[in-house]
Amino acid sequence: MTEADTALQPKRKGLSRRQKRSLSRGVQYLVFVAAVVAFAATADWGRLKNQFAQGDIARQMFPDVITLALKNTVLYTVTGFAVGLALGMVIALMRLSSVGPYRWVAGVYIEIFRGLPALLIFIFIGVAVPLAFPGTEIVGGTYGKVALALGLVAAAYMAETIRAGIQAVPKGQMEAARSLGFSPARAMVSIIIPQAFRIILPPLTNELVLLFKDSSLVLFLGVTLEERELSKYGRDLASQTANSTPILVAGLCYLLITIPLGFVVRRMEAKTQEAVK
Amino acid sequence: MSEKTIVDRSEIQVRDLHKSFGDNHVLRGIDMEVGRGEVVCVIGPSGSGKSTLLRCVNLLEEPSKGQVFVGGTELTDPDVDIDAVRRRIGMVFQQFNLFPHLTVTENLTLPQRRVLRRGKAESARVAAENLRRVGLAEKAEAYPSSLSGGQQQRVAIARALAMGPEVMLFDEPTSALDPELVGDVLAVMRMLADEGMTMMVVTHEMTFAREVADRVVFMDGGVIVEDGAPEQVITAPRHERTRHFLSRLLDPAMAEVEEESADQVGKSE
Repeated sequence: MTEADTALQPKRKGLSRRQKRSLSRGVQYLVFVAAVVAFAATADWGRLKNQFAQGDIARQMFPDVITLALKNTVLYTVTGFAVGLALGMVIALMRLSSVGPYRWVAGVYIEIFRGLPALLIFIFIGVAVPLAFPGTEIVGGTYGKVALALGLVAAAYMAETIRAGIQAVPKGQMEAARSLGFSPARAMVSIIIPQAFRIILPPLTNELVLLFKDSSLVLFLGVTLEERELSKYGRDLASQTANSTPILVAGLCYLLITIPLGFVVRRMEAKTQEAVK
Repeated sequence: MSEKTIVDRSEIQVRDLHKSFGDNHVLRGIDMEVGRGEVVCVIGPSGSGKSTLLRCVNLLEEPSKGQVFVGGTELTDPDVDIDAVRRRIGMVFQQFNLFPHLTVTENLTLPQRRVLRRGKAESARVAAENLRRVGLAEKAEAYPSSLSGGQQQRVAIARALAMGPEVMLFDEPTSALDPELVGDVLAVMRMLADEGMTMMVVTHEMTFAREVADRVVFMDGGVIVEDGAPEQVITAPRHERTRHFLSRLLDPAMAEVEEESADQVGKSE
């Protein structure tokens, strides 16, 4: 080692920087493990197990929890998503329109439905719509109402996502399409929107996950036994059996759907990243 | 090289064209013509309005004032079906603007099918034929992102040609390319010129302009300063602004010296 090299070395006083770093990391792990152990030790697992994990109660939920409750949850979510996507697309295009009033209407819609809790919209659909339009039935009964309520909420979020996606497509794409003789509408449908959707597929899938959870709000519309979804089904059974095991099972059923969806989102995000490169 | 073209009818005609972006008066009264089969290169410093002029010729920019005719149709007529006129005008962009979600072949077939309503088989045949013309038949199934810039630009030219245009507009087609890729694109453009395509080319490629163009138009400050045969405009420019621009382009170091002396003249005034 030359003299210049040694001059660059910091004077060793106690621990080096690297040693300090690994020491601090070690302390963090220790605190974390201690906290988990303390939590696990103080909780009364026996009582929890009694209340939440009764094997025979869980068994008696099958197959209904899947064939009825999960099926309805999926059905509500998918129809709500479809309505939301269609309506969101219209609102996004209105938001980007060169016609002022379209933009204003779309802006007001987004502000209102993004600002209100989904719960209030469900109550509104259940109560206000029959009052305002007496005699009219929303097609599909409860299923139609849920699709509408979820769709109205989702549309506001999706409109903003779709708008951002459309704006993320480079301006040159529209110019190239127009220079080839595409009309603005046809360029939008054939060239811009397909590219926008590739960009917004991950956030749209996230929206689907959110809708899965919001579909539990259907209980505020008043549903028949056949129309119950996971949350309502779990709660009903929990009060019947005076035990919370059904809640846990219903919760696991949600995760059965949302965890794989989250995995799909991450895969898509990674793929989009790759395509950008 | 020039004199070869006898202008039997003007394909593009621009009359007293003005364009402003807000307070920025970019085009200040342009009059020019491009004859059928003629190749006109538009040169000039950046900000001179040459790209804007080109974009006004297919109405990607709406002129503020004046008239544009292409093939006898007035584009600036409020009742014109602009989509119909644009089918006759091919345009090639600096950034290629291929559709990234489509394969090379689909880039060529989709516009034919959606805009010209051509059948599946015919559009595929026309696509294959035009990819062959630009020498990229083997890339038919590739996606644009897997191609080099030069290849992408040649696909973009093929895409425009597949629509059967009467006029081709080129907006700095080689400016975004690595130097070694410029030649292939210019070769395709040269081939088109030899086939008698009417072309209006905004470019900085002086060699191309000198060898291929029938006329060269020099623009500066939103007006046409000089318009003539390439050997005249490029080799023996009449105007001081043209000379200044060309010397800068050919020898940047030299131009700086010139600019400094020009500044001094300005100060002493």
